[in-house]
Amino acid sequence: MKDFLKGLWKEHPVFRQLLGMCPLLAVTTSVINGISMGLAVVFVLFFSSLVVALIKKIVPHQVRIAVYTVIIATFVTIVDIFLKAQLPDISRSLGPYIPLIIVNCIILGRCEAFASKHTLKRSLLDALGMGLGFSWGLLLLGAIRELFGTGTILGVTIMPKIYNPLIIMILPAGAFLVLGFLIAIMNKIEQSQEKK
Amino acid sequence: MKDLVLIFISTLLINNLVLSYFLGICPFLGVSGKIESAFGMGMAVTFVMTLATSIGWLIYNLILVRFDLLFLEYVVFILVIAALVQIVEMFIRKYSSALYQSLGIYLPLITTNCAILGVALFMVTRNYKFLEAVVFGFSGGLGFSLVLLIMAGIRQDLEFADIPRVFKGAPLTLITAGLLALIFMGFSGLVSS
Repeated sequence: MKDFLKGLWKEHPVFRQLLGMCPLLAVTTSVINGISMGLAVVFVLFFSSLVVALIKKIVPHQVRIAVYTVIIATFVTIVDIFLKAQLPDISRSLGPYIPLIIVNCIILGRCEAFASKHTLKRSLLDALGMGLGFSWGLLLLGAIRELFGTGTILGVTIMPKIYNPLIIMILPAGAFLVLGFLIAIMNKIEQSQEKK
Repeated sequence: MKDLVLIFISTLLINNLVLSYFLGICPFLGVSGKIESAFGMGMAVTFVMTLATSIGWLIYNLILVRFDLLFLEYVVFILVIAALVQIVEMFIRKYSSALYQSLGIYLPLITTNCAILGVALFMVTRNYKFLEAVVFGFSGGLGFSLVLLIMAGIRQDLEFADIPRVFKGAPLTLITAGLLALIFMGFSGLVSS
C-alpha cells in the first residue's frame, strides 16, 4: 500500500521529483487534454513496469536501458495507434506529445529505479501510484489554465460573463508561471506540515 | 535557400524548442545552473540533434516508407538516437580527450532528452526535405543551447537574490523560464507565416 500511496503525494513525480515536465507543460491547455495524457501515461507505465518486472532477471545489465526503452516505445506505439483510430480529436490535439511519452523520464525512471529491483506486485502498485500522481498533477494544471485562460472547465463556461480570459494562461509562458507557483505552494504546504 | 533561412530563424528564435514546445525541459532545469555545463550540454545536444535528424530522415524515407513499416517509427527513432549517442561517445573518447572531458558526462543524458526525439518527430510530420531536416535539427540544437545559456546566466545572478524560501530552486527557475518565454514571443513578428 505504501508503494501505491507515495506516488500520490510524498514522492509525487511532478511536484517533488520534477519528472515528466515536458508533456505536463505542453498538453495542459485544457482539462480534457490533461486527463487523456494522464491516462496514456498510466497505461504505458503500468504495462512497461509489468514487462520489466517479469523479465528483469534475463536482461543483461549493460543493455537494460536500451531494452526498457524499446519496451516503452512498443506500448507507446499501441497507445498512439489506438488514439488515432478511436479518438482522432484527442490524438490531434496531443500531437507529438504522445510519442514523446517514450522519453518521459517518469516511465524510464520508475522502470529503472523500481520495477527492475522489486517484485511484480510492488512494481505494479508503484506504477499505478506514480501514474495517478502524474495524472492529478496534469488535471490540476489543466484545470487552472483552462479556467483562467478561457473561463471554462471541460468546455463548460464557469466564469461570469464580465470575466476577461487571460490569454497568457494558455500560452507557453503561462504554463511555466503556473507550474512555478504551484510548486512553491506545494513547498509551503510541506513546510507547514513539518512544523507540526 | 530562402526556405532554409526561414526554418533556421523560426526554429532558433520564434518556435524555440524549449520555450514554445517544452522539449528538453529536464536538462533545461537540471543543467542550467552553471554557464560552463550549460555550454557543454548545448553543444552535445546540437551535435547529436543534427546527426539524429539526418540519419533519422534517411532511415525513415529510404527504409520505413519504402517497406511500409511506419508503425515502427518510434521504436526506430529511439534506437537511432540511443545508438548515435553511444557511437558519438566512443568516437569522441578515442579522438579527442579534451572534447570528451567537456562533453562526455552529458552524452548519456541526451538519450532521454525529449528534444531530440521531438525534433525527429516534427521533421516527419512537417514533411521536410533532407536539407531542410538537417537545418531544422541544427537550428533546434542551437536554439536549445541559446536558451540554456541565457538561463544559466540569469540563474548564476539569482543565486544571491533574497527570495522567499518556498520559491527557491525549481519554482524560481520555472517562473524565470515563463518570463523568458514571454520575451521570446517578441520574436514572432520576425517571420510572418
